[in-house]
Amino acid sequence: MIEVNNLHKSFGDTEILKGISTRFDKGKTNLIIGQSGSGKTVFLKCLLGLFEYEEGTISYDGKIFSKLSEDEKRNLRSEIGMVFQGSALFDSMTIAQNVMFPLQMFTKQSKSEMEDRVDFVLKRVNLDDAHNKMPSEASGGMQKRVAIARAIVNKPKYLFCDEPNSGLDPKTAIVIDNLIQEITDEYQITTVINSHDMNSVMEIGEKIVFLKNGLKAWEGSNKTIFKTDNEVVTDFVYSSNLFKKVRKMYIEENE
Amino acid sequence: MTYLHNIGTYFLMIAEMFRKPTKWVVMKQLILKDIDDLIIGSLGIVAFISFFVGGVVTIQTALNIDNPLIPKYLVGFATRQSIILEFAPTFMSIIMAGKVGSFITSSIGTMRVTEQIDALEVMGINSLNYLVFPKFISMLLYPFVISIAMFLGILGGMAACVYGGFSTLEDYIVGIQNDFETFHVVYAFIKTFVFAFILATIPSFHGYYMKGGALEVGKASTTSFVWTSVAIILLNYLLTQMLLS
Repeated sequence: MIEVNNLHKSFGDTEILKGISTRFDKGKTNLIIGQSGSGKTVFLKCLLGLFEYEEGTISYDGKIFSKLSEDEKRNLRSEIGMVFQGSALFDSMTIAQNVMFPLQMFTKQSKSEMEDRVDFVLKRVNLDDAHNKMPSEASGGMQKRVAIARAIVNKPKYLFCDEPNSGLDPKTAIVIDNLIQEITDEYQITTVINSHDMNSVMEIGEKIVFLKNGLKAWEGSNKTIFKTDNEVVTDFVYSSNLFKKVRKMYIEENE
Repeated sequence: MTYLHNIGTYFLMIAEMFRKPTKWVVMKQLILKDIDDLIIGSLGIVAFISFFVGGVVTIQTALNIDNPLIPKYLVGFATRQSIILEFAPTFMSIIMAGKVGSFITSSIGTMRVTEQIDALEVMGINSLNYLVFPKFISMLLYPFVISIAMFLGILGGMAACVYGGFSTLEDYIVGIQNDFETFHVVYAFIKTFVFAFILATIPSFHGYYMKGGALEVGKASTTSFVWTSVAIILLNYLLTQMLLS
């Protein structure tokens, strides 16, 4: 579980995060949504410890991140898996080497044990025949799946995903969403996803935090987002005609 | 203020580079890869340039010695001194700032742009140790490259001298043996070690701390070349003043 309390972050005189408090539960897919410029990426980078913040606390299962020593922070980070927006695979390594990398860095497993784990994880993301391909030879969807495999190979306690569906076709995006949700459920990981893809919100948003102008404007789930009367959320969610129609149908069905 | 800030950040980067070392089994592979990229990969261009510049130095020296009272062996002597004292350690390092330096800046800069460095940091890896330290270790072999440059420069001078008809092989060999001071070679290798450190770290600094996208990677490579060359020239002056005067 990750708890955030009164988080403030500024760049120079511009305050980006203006006191966000929320909680991300274990075994759930937690989504951070909001318009571009709402502070989602800054929030995620603060959670990951890539940005320092001026005020507030972030605690990982009770351990307050800012109070940890550098070594403790590094140890905590070894329990974090991250799927970057652009996948961030290492160009000079094959897909199997990319996935094996966290094992080489943080475990004392033998080579055959590591290979077995890589085989298992690649199979889990449906990439059992891509071991020797270079990242540049893989499609966007495959790269995302490799990034997920790399993120989960060392059995992380926390999984972060920054726009995991960006640049993917709707069908592949659903595959990636389902994969993240299955893995979260299967390994009981605390998953935090930064997204503005409404399909993801509807499919896997077990908890949704809506940010606007650096503030938490709304909090709920994919079950409650349809019912909310919060104008800020409805403006965002129903900005597309498709979702306007879906909402109308949903309300009609439930009346 | 920006310059002071950058200089401070550069020294902090060097201190951080030695902290929290990467596992040896991984580091070993990185060092071998960097030796291949930075040292072995530079041998061809170093050999080519050294041989022909050695020839040019010899021809120009020979053409400028038109006084019959000056002995012919002076051509070999002047070539040896130019190559060992300046051309091989200093000017070859400036050429390497273009070749190796821009490779380092662009490869690390691309990793920054594509969030690969963030990926390392999120995993709890000291990215400076992972990326810069193997380059620093690999560049400890740089004096080997400079030895080859010295040898081929003098060999190129000999070929130009003999086949160009500027003096005889015997005169050239007498020249390169004449008044030889071992300390000049020591001085050249002290400079080479210092330049190797500069060649590994300044381009890494420009790549690691760059901001922006693909265009900025190109700009960072150019800036890195300029500052690496400036540092080499300034340190060359200071070391020469300290060691030879």
